[in-house]
Amino acid sequence: MADVVEHPETDYERVQNSQEFQQLRRRFRNFVFPMTAFFLAWYLLYVLLAAYAHDFMSIRVAGNITVGLLFGLGQFVSTFAITMIYASWANKRQDAVAERLRRHIEDGEIV
Amino acid sequence: MSAVLGSAVLAAESEQIGDPVLNIAIFGAFVVVTLVIVFRASKNNSTAADYYAAGRSFTGPQNGTAIAGDYLSAASFLGICGAIAINGYDGFLYSIGFLVAWLVALLLVAELLRNTGRFTMADVLSFRLRQRPVRMAAALATLAVVFFYLLAQMAGAGGLVALLLGIEGVAGQGLVIAVVGALMILYVLVGGMKGTTWVQIIKAILLIAGAGIMTIWVLAKFGFDLSALLQGAVDTAGEGGEALIEPGKQYGASGMSKLNFLSLALALVLGTAGLPHVLMRFYTVPTAKEARRSVVWAIWLIGVFYLFTLVLGYGAGALVGPEAIKAAPGGVNSAAPMLAFELGGVVLLGIISAVAFATILAVVAGLTITAAASFAHDIYASVIKHGEVNPDGEVKVARITVVVIGILAIVGGIFANGQNVAFLVALAFAVAASANLPTIIYSLFWKRFNTTGALWSMYGGLISCIVLIAFSPVVSGKVDPATGASLSMIRDTSVDFHWFPLDNPGIVSIPLGFLLGIVGTLVSKERPDREKFAEMEVRSLTGAGAEKATVH
Repeated sequence: MADVVEHPETDYERVQNSQEFQQLRRRFRNFVFPMTAFFLAWYLLYVLLAAYAHDFMSIRVAGNITVGLLFGLGQFVSTFAITMIYASWANKRQDAVAERLRRHIEDGEIV
Repeated sequence: MSAVLGSAVLAAESEQIGDPVLNIAIFGAFVVVTLVIVFRASKNNSTAADYYAAGRSFTGPQNGTAIAGDYLSAASFLGICGAIAINGYDGFLYSIGFLVAWLVALLLVAELLRNTGRFTMADVLSFRLRQRPVRMAAALATLAVVFFYLLAQMAGAGGLVALLLGIEGVAGQGLVIAVVGALMILYVLVGGMKGTTWVQIIKAILLIAGAGIMTIWVLAKFGFDLSALLQGAVDTAGEGGEALIEPGKQYGASGMSKLNFLSLALALVLGTAGLPHVLMRFYTVPTAKEARRSVVWAIWLIGVFYLFTLVLGYGAGALVGPEAIKAAPGGVNSAAPMLAFELGGVVLLGIISAVAFATILAVVAGLTITAAASFAHDIYASVIKHGEVNPDGEVKVARITVVVIGILAIVGGIFANGQNVAFLVALAFAVAASANLPTIIYSLFWKRFNTTGALWSMYGGLISCIVLIAFSPVVSGKVDPATGASLSMIRDTSVDFHWFPLDNPGIVSIPLGFLLGIVGTLVSKERPDREKFAEMEVRSLTGAGAEKATVH
C-alpha cells in the first residue's frame, strides 16, 4: 500500500520499527494472546460443563466433594497460577527492555 | 402488600437479631476514623492529577487493596453468600466469573492503559482517533455503567437498613440512604481520589479480615472438613438438600435458564476489564509495573475473599438454614449477617453490619469520582470547551458533578428502595463488556481500527444492552410460577411487553459490540493515523511519556 503523502518518520515510528521494540512487542503478544485464549477456553469449558453436564459435575469424588466443586476450585488455582507466571515473566523478560527503550525516548537518544 | 408483610416479619425478628444501636455505633466509629484519614490525606488536592488520580502516588499493594475494596461490593459479599446458602453450587459460579475476569485486566489492559492514559477510560480510547466524538461516546458509556451500578448499590442500602438497623418505615430508610449519600459526597468532595482510595483500603481490610475470621470459625465448627460442612448444609436444608452441592439448582430448570446462565457468565468474565471505575484506579500508581503489582494483589485478595464466601455461604446454609434466611428481612442478603449473629452474637453482627455499610460507602464513592472525572474531563473540558479550559476550572466542574451525582444517587436509592433492581449490576457488567471492552482491545492492539469502528462498537454495544434489557423479563412479564407474584421491575403482572427471552443481554450484545467495531472500521474510508498509532504502541509497551507521579 503506497502512501499518498510521504511524511518524515517520527521518533516513535523510528522506535516502533527498531528491532528491539519489535522483539519486545512480539514476545508480549506471543505470551498474552495464547494465555488469554487458554484461560477463556478453560473458563468456558467450566461454564458449559456446569450448565449442561449436571450428572458429571455431581459425581462425588470424596465425601461430599463433587467434580463440580473441584473444577470450580481449579479455576481459582489456574487464575492464581497464571497471575504469578505472568508477573514473574514480565518482571524478568520485559521490564528491563521496556525501561531501556523508555529512557532512550525520553532522553532523546536514538535507539 | 409485601412491604407490610416484610415489616411484620421484621418486627418479630429485629428483637432477636442484633442491637441496632451497637451496629450504628461501630459504623459511626468507621466513619470517624476514615473521615480523619481523608482530611489528613487530602491536604494536596489542588491539581487535576491530585484530584482524579491521587497524584499517582499509591504503591501497587495499596492500590491492589483499594481495587479489592472498590470491586467487592455489598452485592458480592451479601449477595454471593446468600446465593450459595440458598442455591448452593450455582451461587459459587458468580464468584468464579468475577475472579477469572481479572486475568483480562492483568494481561491485556492494566499496564497498557496506565502507560497511555491520564485520568479516564476515554483518554485511551480517543488516543489515536478523533477526540470529540470518541470521548463523548466513551463518557456516555462510562456514565451509563456508573449509573446502573450506583443505583443497584443505593437500592441495596435500603434493604440493608431494614436488616441491620431495624428501621422499618420507608421514610426512616430513606433518611439513612440520604445520610449514606451525604457522607459519600463529603468523602469524595474533600478527599478526591486520595480520600476515596483510603476509604476503600480500610474497608477492604475490614471486609476481608471479617470474612476470614468467620470462615475459620465456621470451618472450626466442622472440624476443618469441607465435606462435613457441605453435609451440614445438605442436612439443614432437609428434603432435596443434595441439590445444594450439585449444579443446576438456580439455572438448571430449562434450556432458556441455561442460556441465561451462559449469557451472565460471559458478561461477568468480559465486563470487569471494561468497568470505568476499575480502569481509573490504574492511574493512581506511578508506573505500569506498579499497575501490574496492583492487579496481582487485587487478584489474590479477591480470590481469597471469594473462597471465604464459599465457606460462609454453605456455613449459613448449615447453621442458619435456607428457610430462616428467606424469611428474614432482607431475604437472601441476610445470610451473612445472620451467620455472624449465629457465630459471634451481637458484637460480630455489629462488626459485619458496619463493614457492609462501609462497603456500600466505599463502592459508591469510587463510582462517583469516576463519573465526575468522566463528565468534567471528557464531556466538559474536551467536548464542550474543546480542551480550552484551565485545570482548576475542570476540577471545579468535577466537584460540582460529585454533588449532583450524589444527590441523584440519594434520590434514585430512595425510589429504588424495595424494587427488584438486582439485575442492574449484571446490566452494568454487560454494558462494560459490550460497549467498552471491544474498543479498548481494538484501540490497543489493532492498527487498522478507526473512529467509525469505535463509535459503532460503543453505541451499538450500549444501545443493544439497554434495548434488550428493557424488553427482557427482568423489566416486565416475569412471574413466579409458584406464587403468581411478579419477579420483574414492573410489579403489575398485567403489564408485559417483553420479547427478549433472557435476563442478561450479554450473549447477544457482546459479540455484537465486537462485530460492529470490525464492520464500522472496514466500511469507513478513514485511514488510521500512523504516527499516533506508533506513539500509542510504543508508549503502551515501554511507558515512555507516561504521566509521572506528582511531587509535593
